Amino acid sequence: MNVKKAICFIAVFLLMMTIPLSNYEQDQVSEAFSARTLQKGSSGDDVIELQARLQYIGFYNGKIDGIFGWGTYWAVRNFQKDYGLDIDGLVGQETKATLNRVTKYDKQWVHEQIRSGSDFTYYGGTPLNKQTKKKQTTTQQAAPQKTGTNTNKNTNTNTTTNNNASPTPTSVNVPSGYSQNDIQLMANAVYGESRGEPYEGQVAVAAVILNRVESPSFPNTISGVIFEPRAFTAVADGQIWMTPNETAKRAVLDAINGMDPSGGAIYYFNPATATSDWIWSRPQIKRIGEHIFCK
Amino acid sequence: MLRWITIVVLAVAVVGVGIWGYQEHQEKNAILLQAENTYQRSFHDLTYYVDLLNDKIGNVLAMNSPRSLSPELAEIWRLTSEAHSEVGQLPLSLLPFNKTEEFLSNIGDFSYRTAVRELDKDPLTEEEVELLENLYQQSGEIKRELRNVQHLALENNLRWMDVQLALANNEQQADNTIIDGFKTVEKNVESYSESTFATSLNGVTKHQEEKIQLEGENINEDDVRKLATKLFDLDGVDLKVTPTGEGSDIKMYSASYNKDGEHGYFDITEKGGYLLSLIISREMKEPTIGLYDGSEKAKKFLANLGFEDVEMYNSVQYGNVGVYSFASVQDNIRIYPDAIQIKVALDDGEIVGASTKEYLINHQDRDIKEPKITMDEAKKEVNPRVEIQESSLAIIDNDLGEEVLCYEFIGVLGEDTYRIYINAMDGFEERVEKLEQAEINFQTT
Repeated sequence: MNVKKAICFIAVFLLMMTIPLSNYEQDQVSEAFSARTLQKGSSGDDVIELQARLQYIGFYNGKIDGIFGWGTYWAVRNFQKDYGLDIDGLVGQETKATLNRVTKYDKQWVHEQIRSGSDFTYYGGTPLNKQTKKKQTTTQQAAPQKTGTNTNKNTNTNTTTNNNASPTPTSVNVPSGYSQNDIQLMANAVYGESRGEPYEGQVAVAAVILNRVESPSFPNTISGVIFEPRAFTAVADGQIWMTPNETAKRAVLDAINGMDPSGGAIYYFNPATATSDWIWSRPQIKRIGEHIFCK
Repeated sequence: MLRWITIVVLAVAVVGVGIWGYQEHQEKNAILLQAENTYQRSFHDLTYYVDLLNDKIGNVLAMNSPRSLSPELAEIWRLTSEAHSEVGQLPLSLLPFNKTEEFLSNIGDFSYRTAVRELDKDPLTEEEVELLENLYQQSGEIKRELRNVQHLALENNLRWMDVQLALANNEQQADNTIIDGFKTVEKNVESYSESTFATSLNGVTKHQEEKIQLEGENINEDDVRKLATKLFDLDGVDLKVTPTGEGSDIKMYSASYNKDGEHGYFDITEKGGYLLSLIISREMKEPTIGLYDGSEKAKKFLANLGFEDVEMYNSVQYGNVGVYSFASVQDNIRIYPDAIQIKVALDDGEIVGASTKEYLINHQDRDIKEPKITMDEAKKEVNPRVEIQESSLAIIDNDLGEEVLCYEFIGVLGEDTYRIYINAMDGFEERVEKLEQAEINFQTT
């Protein structure tokens, strides 16, 4: 019995010794990229790595946010040019291998900065602790360099618990000309108007809102169309302020990206509850779920 | 004793409820009044703007020098937009008032096109002056009608809340002056708007009137089923197919199905049997393939459908889906109006969305003319501070809705990337757009 206990104890002790050690080693070793090929528009972990590595050798000067945007695209192309690779803006095996060879990547440190919301850069040849600014911390933090190194160590040990979880990129891709808030507002309207409808019915309602923005007979903004008096029942009875689900948001995104199952409709109505005779006189395009869509 | 206590308590309760009820009533009235005031303001603003619009069009007719014409036309453009937005604030959307709104928007388009034109070199034509005279008369009629409604509304203390109620309940109140007044305005506009603008403003409403030409034989419901089974592997799945109604620009069949927790919906054109749109909704798992692999899937899918002369020009990852934009290519010139969007699930590479409508509507064999200026000449038209990185030829829709051949430059200015289009015929800077796809994620900050 005692022997078993002792073995257990030793095992646990050894584990405790090795975990911080392995972490320490990870800091030094260059992590390899994932296998997927990156191109403009990609997002995620490996884009963070790509941006950090490009910044390490001075090709990328923008924010390390995990979104492969235009800034990253030009950095990749310049890198490919300087290292004699095919200049295609795609980050495939060859580009990755070259990047791996000529740069270092401290995954844990970079992820930690992103997770804590710090403002940071990752240039090679400059000590890391000089390249970060904590976002909303005590004013003391930024002062002398000694404490800087200390906090760096501390954060390393503190985060051993959750360093497997990748941080979310600090930016998101949005369709050109739209903010996340526009999408949210439309999702509210779509959810309030058509949450019981099939998915394509929800996309169609979102498409009608966009068709109205385009149409000369309606206001020219999304909010103008949605809040036009008597235009949407969900606005009139307050259902628009319910929290929309993910489906409604996806439907809105699909509509913004060009899907229009309504066939270019600018009106729709529910034949069971429609109060206006006039709406029946509009040329009808099709019926999806409970709604009839018309011109 | 107990009886008295009960009586007192009840009396206090009754008085309390009375006071509470009165307060609620007051508050309700205050809010109604506030809503009413908003409507009133929009209505009076509208009549004012239309009045001003009429004056300004009259001024333009009397003006001679281009130097004063352009600002006046720009002013008209601004006024139409103001008036248009006021109409949008009124509870009229159940009332047929759309012709008047279109009328306003058409005046706006016309004044914009003439205001931005170099009137020194290219003065108003006879036709345009005639159109302006017409517009002057018609806006005068609208003005008189609206002023009349306004007068009656003020005199009889008419309230917009009543209009809203009447419209909501669909009551045919004979004495609702406001509704009748607006109907008269609409009727007046209806009688002339079509004919006036049809000749001199073509291009503005081009997309609605254009005949959509598709090649191929007409197909029927059975063909749709066969096609669908071939395209999406739907053996033994219950497929609901319905034809479109008479309001549709393109005759098509819409079909939907449910299969293993997946809901699919697609449109196939009656003529030629082209896939017009595809929407598949299902749970998405974590991405296992990258945006690049997804683009290969999208290309293969399009090739299978017979869209061969297309190339991808944009790709974006939204969470676990990738969205790809394609445009057609003719003689190495990218034709943006022929656009296709494809959506690919990045968990297993399935195509979960497609929209080919713009391609089907716009695509044709174009007679592309030789550029009149060279690439180097066009580069000189670009702001010298922009570092040009990529350049090519492309066809785009410009502000006036016309297709124009342009040199397309992608360049960097400071931190931002811009796309600049220079007309390949006359060097006009057709469009400058800042390319931006990412926004700070509000949910993580």
